Amino acid sequence: MSGAHELAIEAEGLVKSFDETKAVDGVDLSVRKGAVYGILGPNGAGKTTTIRMLATLLRPDGGTARVLGHDVVAEAEAVRDSVSLTGQLASVDEDLTGRENLILIGRLLGLKRADSKSRADDLLDAFGLEDASGRLVKNYSGGMRRRLDLAASIVVTPELMFLDEPTTGLDPRSRNQVWGIVRALAEEGTTILLCTQYLDEADQLAEGIAVIDRGKVIAEGTPSQLKSSIGSGTLNVRLLDSDQRRDAAEILERELSAVKLEPDPAALSAACDEADRGAEAVAELARRGIGIAGFSLGQPSLDEVFLALTGRPAEEDESSAEEVEAA
Amino acid sequence: MSDTRAGDVTTGGLEEQAIRKALSATPRPSRPSALSAVLTFGWRGILKIKHVPEQLIDATMTPVLFTLMFTYMYGGAISGSTGEYLQFILPGILMMSVLFTTVYSGVALNTDLTKGVVDRFRSLPIWRPSPLVGAVVGDSVRYLVAGTVVIVVGTILGYRPEGGWDGVLAALALTIIFSFALAWVFTTLGLIMRSPNAVMNTGFMALFPLTFLSNAFVPPETLPAGLEAFVEINPISFVVTANRGLMDGTAEMGDILLVLATAAILTAVFVPLTSRLYRKK
Repeated sequence: MSGAHELAIEAEGLVKSFDETKAVDGVDLSVRKGAVYGILGPNGAGKTTTIRMLATLLRPDGGTARVLGHDVVAEAEAVRDSVSLTGQLASVDEDLTGRENLILIGRLLGLKRADSKSRADDLLDAFGLEDASGRLVKNYSGGMRRRLDLAASIVVTPELMFLDEPTTGLDPRSRNQVWGIVRALAEEGTTILLCTQYLDEADQLAEGIAVIDRGKVIAEGTPSQLKSSIGSGTLNVRLLDSDQRRDAAEILERELSAVKLEPDPAALSAACDEADRGAEAVAELARRGIGIAGFSLGQPSLDEVFLALTGRPAEEDESSAEEVEAA
Repeated sequence: MSDTRAGDVTTGGLEEQAIRKALSATPRPSRPSALSAVLTFGWRGILKIKHVPEQLIDATMTPVLFTLMFTYMYGGAISGSTGEYLQFILPGILMMSVLFTTVYSGVALNTDLTKGVVDRFRSLPIWRPSPLVGAVVGDSVRYLVAGTVVIVVGTILGYRPEGGWDGVLAALALTIIFSFALAWVFTTLGLIMRSPNAVMNTGFMALFPLTFLSNAFVPPETLPAGLEAFVEINPISFVVTANRGLMDGTAEMGDILLVLATAAILTAVFVPLTSRLYRKK
């Protein structure tokens, strides 16, 4: 079956300006029901503004958008009935306890007092927050806060969930937990629109990605389409003995391509599109008696995506250092 | 890359299973009524008083200190005796202590905005102004506590209402009504200003001179003509005059109506302004 009703989000030509700047400048999106869809872009690209328009928090200056079949302006109430939003700042009340936060949301969604309490307890258990349920949220760690935030978003299972940079600022363990939650949600049939600065995150979770820059969608496709259009990942190898680097380079040149000698005299890298070929190359190094201290397979970073798509790096801002690290 | 996804076991299957179970359990209830949403937000406000009592303590300690300081330092000089001065200033202190707590309505709203909580509320299927109305309703508890503290402290120091305790209750009620109206001025500020601290500083900076340039602490007749004229038209003086009348048993209907009219005007101007700004955020 196809047709309009199978789409969870259909946006055409969305525009939003703040003062003189166009934050969103003609964004089209179509996301099928049940999908996890990623919007990828640097800070200030217009991701949050797009999500806020779709979640009925901002009225578009131009264009139209339908969410779950309802117009976001004319039928905003109906949209709010079936979506939930997890904002960029974990949108929970710091001056309340975790449990109180969930009861509050339950009551505001129309649950009876007793139901909202038992629901809060179930969710605290499911999200591993039962021990912290009576503590004020201001004393939570970033990861706990984000889990509570996600729990608040599913007090009543939404048909569609907006997730705005759910892992920015989280440590790897918390990030993995959040990813697990997103996957569980998706498997239960919730459509998820995910904004992220991390190609890796979109790659892990999303079946489709729109790359957005300066308020416009500049590329769209599946993660693998996008990556292959961008070019390659990188295999990084560090040797035990820097004297072997010349030999190692020769081997990698045969197995892979574009071998680069790094500033570190024991390190070198090569372009590598497929993980198994990378593994093969590393195995070959070992077979030839080259001592390996460590190796890693890096995906193209957001910066590389941007370089490939726009010919310039992602906007410079305070988060760019983080992006490079995470990539 | 679906193969990576399948191979990713770092999150542990148990957790995801628990989440899946938690997900499937809830049918969507019908939307809450406007009243229920407002009361829920009122409950939230009261919880905050419980968890962050510092704000209430700030707002009540200041008037208590003022009561003590003014009574014992200036009482003799201004009224000839501390007891007589206490009779004169207590209606004003009552106003002051309750009015100062209204600033926190703006501080709380600004905090919600800067922390992103407002975004969640605005994406819920609730009557849109309910977070604002509910917060102000919850704040009434704060007003009541602040007012009661002043009355109790005054009574301990020897204040005796000539208009009886009915008069005191009426004055407290009138002060709270006026505070409801004034709170909307600060919610407007809360939506305009950049940080909760900015709201607090601006609020107190505005209220302090207005309170002192009223008839709360000195009889206006003793002031220079220009200042006296200002004191006469300062809305805070309206509240003090009406409170004093009610507590002394000499209340005039005109004074009370003036306070109610001022409250009505503040509400009529600042409620629409607040809701407009809130919608646009």
